[in-house]
Parts: sequence; C-alpha cells; structure tokens
Amino acid sequence: MIYLDNSATTKPYPEVLDTLRTVSEHYFANPSSLHSLGGKSEMLLTRSREQAASLLHIDPSEIVFTSGGTEGNNLAIKGAAFAYRNRGKHLITTAIEHASAGHAFEQLETLGFEVTYLPVNSEGRISFEQFKKAYREDTILVSIMHVNNEVGTIQPVEEIGAFLKDKPKTVFHVDQVQGFAKVPLQLQTSGIDLCTISGHKFHGPKGTGLLYVRKGTLLSPLFAGGGQEQERRSGTENLPGICGMVKALRLTLEHQQEGINHLKRLQKKLFDGLKNIDNASVHTPEQLSAAHIVNVSLLGIKAEVLVHALEKNEIYVSTKSACSSKENGASGILVAMGVSPDEAEQAIRISMAYETTEQEIDVFLSTLAETVNQLKIVMR
Amino acid sequence: MIYDYFVVRFGEITLKGKNKKQFVVKLEDDVREKLREFPQLEIKRHFDDLEIKLNGEDSASVLAILQRVFGIQNISPAFKVGTELDQIREGVLRVANEEKGAKTFKIAARRKDKRYPIHGSELNQDLGATVLRQCDWLKVDVHRPDLLIRVEVGYHEARIYGKEVKGAGGLPVGTSGKVMLLLSGGIDSPVASYLIARRGATIEAIHFQSPPYTSDRAKQKVIDLSKKLRGFTGKFILHLVPFTEAQVAIRDAVPEDYRITIMRRLMFRIAEKAAIQRGALALATGESLGQVASQTLESMNTINSVTNLPVLRPLITMDKIDIAQIAKDIDTYDISIRPYEDCCTIFLPKAPRTRPDRIHAERFERKLAVDELVNAAVHGIETLVIDADTKEDAISDLL
Repeated sequence: MIYLDNSATTKPYPEVLDTLRTVSEHYFANPSSLHSLGGKSEMLLTRSREQAASLLHIDPSEIVFTSGGTEGNNLAIKGAAFAYRNRGKHLITTAIEHASAGHAFEQLETLGFEVTYLPVNSEGRISFEQFKKAYREDTILVSIMHVNNEVGTIQPVEEIGAFLKDKPKTVFHVDQVQGFAKVPLQLQTSGIDLCTISGHKFHGPKGTGLLYVRKGTLLSPLFAGGGQEQERRSGTENLPGICGMVKALRLTLEHQQEGINHLKRLQKKLFDGLKNIDNASVHTPEQLSAAHIVNVSLLGIKAEVLVHALEKNEIYVSTKSACSSKENGASGILVAMGVSPDEAEQAIRISMAYETTEQEIDVFLSTLAETVNQLKIVMR
Repeated sequence: MIYDYFVVRFGEITLKGKNKKQFVVKLEDDVREKLREFPQLEIKRHFDDLEIKLNGEDSASVLAILQRVFGIQNISPAFKVGTELDQIREGVLRVANEEKGAKTFKIAARRKDKRYPIHGSELNQDLGATVLRQCDWLKVDVHRPDLLIRVEVGYHEARIYGKEVKGAGGLPVGTSGKVMLLLSGGIDSPVASYLIARRGATIEAIHFQSPPYTSDRAKQKVIDLSKKLRGFTGKFILHLVPFTEAQVAIRDAVPEDYRITIMRRLMFRIAEKAAIQRGALALATGESLGQVASQTLESMNTINSVTNLPVLRPLITMDKIDIAQIAKDIDTYDISIRPYEDCCTIFLPKAPRTRPDRIHAERFERKLAVDELVNAAVHGIETLVIDADTKEDAISDLL
C-alpha cells in the first residue's frame, strides 16, 4: 500500500495507540472528580498540557484542547467575533479557507458581520498589499490559513502578523492545520493570537486538536457547560485523545527538521517526474509551498476516475479536500487561482508524510504514467 | 529574528565591592544551570555583563528563562557588525524595522575605542538622521523613547542593541543563607517565597497536611506551587508535616475561638525545629497585617512568642490586591485558587479571636501534650526534593 493522502488524515503512530489504550484503561476517571482517581486523571491532563506547551514554546494556560481543526477554527473565529462584537463588525479572511473557516464566516455574515474575502493570485496566494488595503479601523478579526490544504501554497501570515503586532484591537487567527510540522510557525513572536492545530494530521488520534489562545485574548465559548478548559470549552476532557495527541506532537517535533528536508527531496522528485508526463499540469507552486503537497491535473482525465484507477494498485491519493470532496463541482481554490473548471475537475492531490519513502514515490510516478496512458486510450 | 546574542547586565551586585566576584560567579552558575537544555549556547562572563551567544537556539525561550534568574537587572538582545559607518547604519535600521510598535526612538552611540574617528555625538546625529529618513513611522524622543537603540563601537566590531527587557532583579539565589517558609497553598505564601528568594535566600518550604480532611489534591497543589517556585530558585525542598493528630487534639481541648491561635503556635514550634535541623536561620510567612484574624498584631504577638528565630514577613505592608498581582506575574495565582480544603480551612471556628493574648494561649496549651505533638509531627516529616527531573515515569511513557 502506498498512502499519499496524508493531508486528509494520517496513520496514527503505534506509540499513540498504546497511549490511547493505557489511558482509557487506567485513567478513565473524570479529571473533575474530587476523589484520588480523578486526581490521577487531572494530573495526567496537567502534564499533557505542560508538555504540549513546552513543545510549542507557549504557556500551558494558552492551550485549549479541542476535538480537531473544525472545532478549533469555529471556536477561534466565532468565539473571537462574538467576544469583540462591540468593538467593530469587520472581519478579514481569504477566498480559499477550509470549509470549517469559510462556512463559519458565512454564518457570521448572516449575524450582521461584514467579511472581506481576499482573492488569490495564480499561485493561490493572497497579497500583503491587498490585505493592507482591506484592513480598517474596525477590523476585529483576521483569519488566514497558513498552508492551503489542496494546493499547499504558503500564505504570508508572518508578514501579516508583523503588521498586526501593534494593532491590539485586531485578533489574528491562523489555521495551521496543514502547516503544522511542515511549515513551522513561531507562535509567541509572530503576532498571532489564535492558532488552530489538529491531532490527526500529524499521526495523533482523530477527534483531537488544540487551539492556541494568546494570554489576554478573549473567546466567547461555543458550548455552554461545566466550564472545562478555563471556561472556554466545556465538556469532559477526552483524556486518552489528548495524551495521544501530545505524544504524537512530541514524536513529530523530534523529527521535524529532518522530516521537512526529506519531504522537500520527495517533492522535488514529484515535480521532476511529473514534467515527464506530458498531460500533467502542476498547480502547486515550486516556491513558497509546503513540501508535503503536490496538486496536479492530468489533462483529459477526470480526477475521480484516476483516483479509482490508482487504488487498483493500492495507491491512495485524493481529489480535492476530503472534507468537500462529496460536494459536486470543481475545487474552489483552483477556480479562484484562475484554473478552468474542466482542468480543476481533473486535479488530484498527492500528500506525503515524514515516513513516505523515495521508493514509494518512484512506484507512484511510474504507475501514474502507465495509468494515464491506459486511460487516455480508453477515454479517447 | 535579527539578534544573535543577549547581553545580560547585573543588578545591585555590581555595588558589592570586594565580594562582587563571588556574586557574579554564582549568577553565572545559575544562568548556566537554567539554560542547560540549550546546548548550543555560548556564555561568556565580562567585567559587568554576561554575553550569551544563541547559535540558533530559540531566543524567546532563552529570554523567558533569563527573566526568571534573580540578580539580573536587564537583558538586551544584540548583534555585531563591522565598524564601517555604512555597516553600523544598516544595523541600526535593522533594529528600527524589527521593533514594530515603537513610535519614538533615540540613538545612544558611544565609542569604546577612542581611536575611532567619529565622535559619539556625531554618530548619534548621523544614525538618528538615517533612521528618520528610512522609517517614516518613527520620531525622535530623547527623554522617553519607546525604542532606545544603543550602539557601542569597539576596535574590531560594533555592537548594536535592541530593546532592553527588564530582569527579575534581586540577588543570586543562595547568596543570603537559608529560610524555612510556611507554605499554605493560598495566594500569599508563594508570593512571600518568591520575594525572599529574590533577595538571594535559599528557600525550604514547610507545609502542614491533615489527611483525610485534606486530600491528595491539596498536596499536589503545594507540589505544583513548588514547581513554579523552582523555576526561580533552581532546586526546591518541600517538607510535608502530618498535622492531623495535632489538629484533632486542639479541637478537643481548646475553646473554639482560640483554636487558630494555638494551631499557629504549634506550627511555628514545628517549623522552628525543622529550621534548626536543616540549618535555616529564619522562618518566613505570607502574613499581611490585619488581613485575617491570625494576622492582627495581637495574634502575631501571641503566636510569634513561641520562637526565637527571626520571622520574615515580606508581605506585611502589602494589600491583597497587590499580592494577587505578583502571584499572577509569577504564575502561581491559578494554582493557588484551586478550591481544595487545606489544614487551615478545616475545623475553622465561626468567630475566631482577633485579639488573643499570651496568657490565655499558654493556659489552654497546658491541656495539650504540646511537646509530644510537636515531636511526633517533626518526626513524621516527609521531605520532597522538587527538582527539574522529578517526572513520574509511568506518566512520561504515556506522553
């Protein structure tokens, strides 16, 4: 099996599975219970939070454990918009956010907020100049994804963060779900107030995530309840999931530098190999993109057909974002980049992990070339 | 990040005359110890500063740790450039562009090497003009600038400093002897511990627990507070005293309104014995005058009379709101407000005596086996070393 759909989700580390089992079995008590079993669970929760904080160079109180990227984005965007609604009603985001951010903004529009959606250029990137033009006195929230989930383009969040550093009335949220451990961000110094991370994108368990909330940033909670996570996210803590995610966080960051270098080599190989397939049209820019994603259209072949043809050889890639792949129509970001709707419907996304091997990429490239040749004959 | 090293300046230890060296060496040791997890750092001691070269280590993490080392007055990020005027100008501009948020600035340039052909005042003018021309958001303010850019021109190189950050002040830990501090788990005593440690004392904490009336979580709370304090003091020693027997005896023998007074007198006797055993020369508490019944002058007089050791009370003149602010600054507040019962909240009388006196206290104590209770408690002390490496292995495996 060659699994190249790591942007959709990753395979959990075996060590993470061990943790899930042990914690579920031995630390099942509710961390909020007063008895000593509850105390044990609470201690483990505290330790998890401390370890995550030290790995991310932030303070433990700045962490809210969530159920993943969708919740993180919703809590950050709606939570900040509601908390600061009396300060202004203007919000800025991009035209190419993940659905969990994009639809949250649409909801906010129905509640009287005004949203500016920044357009992207042919590489899928917003421009800092345009952002500055869109920025207003009453902008209370800016939310930008760091790495686009379909194409891999890196957005200028560091520039925007530096610009917003001395604008205390604007909260800056970064969706780092795809960028985490692929394109590192320094949380404490880059002007970011909120940052969403999802556990299952780096070999942690599904249903886990973490929202960084800079000290002093207010959030209006989405869930009413028992006031867990410092009144920001009610609900009994998912202790096995949290521990598993924190372990995955450590294991991933331990190999971050070599992992990224390895991905860069593989990505280069893919770029070079795709140049030899004459109907391949690569959408991922070679500069300023994350190293784990390559998005490419095989002209004349519908993406869905190609995905199923490749899976006969146990190679797994995806069409667009898994979260929107069931909606009909072409990928939003590709269309926003100016790709024709036909070509956009022919795009597949190849997404790798640290453990993807060079050999797997070789096999993938040769299988793709063969498959494309066969399909060309069939579809003619 | 444009800076590649930090310059750490000492506080009042530079006034220590002949003893200065000893203080500076201790401070250097503390800095090295606390920065042990960053193997790439190069630390050099100069006459009145430490130079810490980052070599790629994370500057924000290093800075956060330095700000917790007692004896450091301030810390400046810095980098070096050549001595050509153009190189210095370019360096100053880098700082001006890095420190976003500043609206006013001032250049403070000086020649360390007097052979350098441009005088300090000319340098100031030239560099100031350069910044004004290139950075339209900055204005000059020579009195209270948001950003002071310091430049020192030596023979081979010029040092350019970014925005100075305040250090924790005080004296290096361990240069002032040892103190036994009564640590309750409330807001005040960790702050007292911090303030005394900042004056260079080594702190050992003593905590009274009364199981089953107090829980493991109350104990964990004190351990967590100790871990926070360890961030400032390095190693931290915590003595846990079994106090149930004494409290039950007091409840049974002493009239309700005097129970707190007698309880505190026993605590002081126990703490004094522990202090003597451990070589501490003073006791310390988080008391603030008049805050609660046991902290009126009459109470303190009655309670203090059982010991001959000096009792340090760094919070004695402070208001609760100011104490709470320090607790927030040193990050103990959130732990202190965890709601578990501690030994001072159980058997709490409805109306404690606010003006107790020694004569009554001594009379009530005659009904108690004071010496036996004190000795048994001291004998039962459990001592924990809260060190950087106390990580329970069962848990480490899970994470």
